[in-house]
Amino acid sequence: MTDVAAGAAAARGGLPDRDLRSRVAVRVNDDVRQLDLDNRTTLLDALREQVGLTGTKKGCDHGQCGACTVLLDGRRVQSCLVLAVTLDGAEVVTVEDLAPAGDLHPLQSRFLERDAYQCGYCTPGQLCSATGMLAEARRGWPSAVTTDLVADRTALTDAEIRERMSGNLCRCAAYPNIVAAIRDVAAAGGAA
Amino acid sequence: MRAFRYHRPRDIAEAVAVVAAEPDATYLGGGTNLVDLMKLGVARPGLLVDVTRLPLDTIGTLPDGGLRIGATVRNSDLAADLTVRRDFPMLARALLAGASGQLRNMATVGGNLLQRTRCLYFQDVTKPCNKREPGAGCAAREGQHRDLAILGTSDACVATHPSDLAVALAALDAVVEVQEPAGPRDIPLAELLRLPGDEPDRETTMVRGGLVTAVRVPPLPYARVSTYRKARDRASFAFAAGSVAAAVGLDDGTVRDVRLAFGAVAHRPWRAYVAEDALRGQPATPESFGRAADAELAAAQPLRDNGFKVPLVRNLTVATLTDLVDSHRRAAAWVP
Repeated sequence: MTDVAAGAAAARGGLPDRDLRSRVAVRVNDDVRQLDLDNRTTLLDALREQVGLTGTKKGCDHGQCGACTVLLDGRRVQSCLVLAVTLDGAEVVTVEDLAPAGDLHPLQSRFLERDAYQCGYCTPGQLCSATGMLAEARRGWPSAVTTDLVADRTALTDAEIRERMSGNLCRCAAYPNIVAAIRDVAAAGGAA
Repeated sequence: MRAFRYHRPRDIAEAVAVVAAEPDATYLGGGTNLVDLMKLGVARPGLLVDVTRLPLDTIGTLPDGGLRIGATVRNSDLAADLTVRRDFPMLARALLAGASGQLRNMATVGGNLLQRTRCLYFQDVTKPCNKREPGAGCAAREGQHRDLAILGTSDACVATHPSDLAVALAALDAVVEVQEPAGPRDIPLAELLRLPGDEPDRETTMVRGGLVTAVRVPPLPYARVSTYRKARDRASFAFAAGSVAAAVGLDDGTVRDVRLAFGAVAHRPWRAYVAEDALRGQPATPESFGRAADAELAAAQPLRDNGFKVPLVRNLTVATLTDLVDSHRRAAAWVP
């Protein structure tokens, strides 16, 4: 056995490879994908390296920056902390499918008009996160800065938008324009 | 990351049997802490038993007015629950103060209680840590410990429990339902999580294979006016430097009963029993609140760089209880 093979076998604890891999069927942007995965594969890596959707970005890979945000079963999550092996039967929407092909989601339009980015690396995560956030607000979810916890609906003030989007960092600090773009969409009824 | 096998159990009993039988098996909930620790090499399970599809994801109201919260309920769903927001606002506030919108959508209630400390040395496998490797020593005592504990510490460990939710649950006398190989058992939250002593690697009082299945919150009518206040280094998405969960029941201007728990000061949520005892029957004034906080914090043993937590938690306690008294007065004066 070569050193590399021996090392790989040791890393598997002597287990056959089949125990350490899984097949899952995941609906990604309306296509069901059959994935054959090393159990260690995150949803982020599966999207980028197996499905070929590279819109979702890897920033910190530790759940701290939000660049990898996607919608999982309709909710915004950080794909770097989701193990793809857990997702059999799940539904994932990435930035590539926020709007029909050739069209822009209202958030994308407003990000363009408001110049809500500089380098753009965090933008896919910001867009997916804002999409999920607007849906949460429509369901009446409060936030840490909401004064009246039992209100049916909380107006998305700038303070509310900043708090609800705090899981998405922008190291270019385009925050004022990101907030403005999201505020525009929220004011227009939060088109989904 | 070490390679691992993955198993999705049919039911709770099978999950517990599998984890109890395999020394390097562990439960997977929302993964927000565990998957990160696996990437860091701190957690090295050989088998993940995924409990997120077990039927533990409902929030129920008990006949006595309390709550029963399934262990796999996501933090965001619990914070959005109308009964929680109306009857236990400290619980909703604690949840909303934690992490980010994305992480709250992933994180489970059971996982939140059992999450690991964010002590820098615990999370860095190149540094000594008694919690990660018993007997290795503690780099935090002389190192970066600004965020670490001031109460209930030991020579072996000065780590804090990072949860916000658990602080509110401690104040509310929550009871944790666990399933162990021998059967189900109720453990008061205050007894589920241990102080470090000389075994900081042992964090809970569950036996090997134990699975948190639910958390019960007993009714507490005066908790309708309650809150959770968190001080941190930035306005959002940061762990607490110090926090307070509080509810106060008043008879005119006197404290009839009070619940008080501190976060980010100890190896587990710190229920402030000394302060509570000192406050019952006393006038509901900032002076009383300050004296009670001082009595609780007299036991504090701050390190070189975290002494600020003593006045921080004292001030949080006084301000929070004073605000609650004002809220009670406004509610009493409110005529529709």
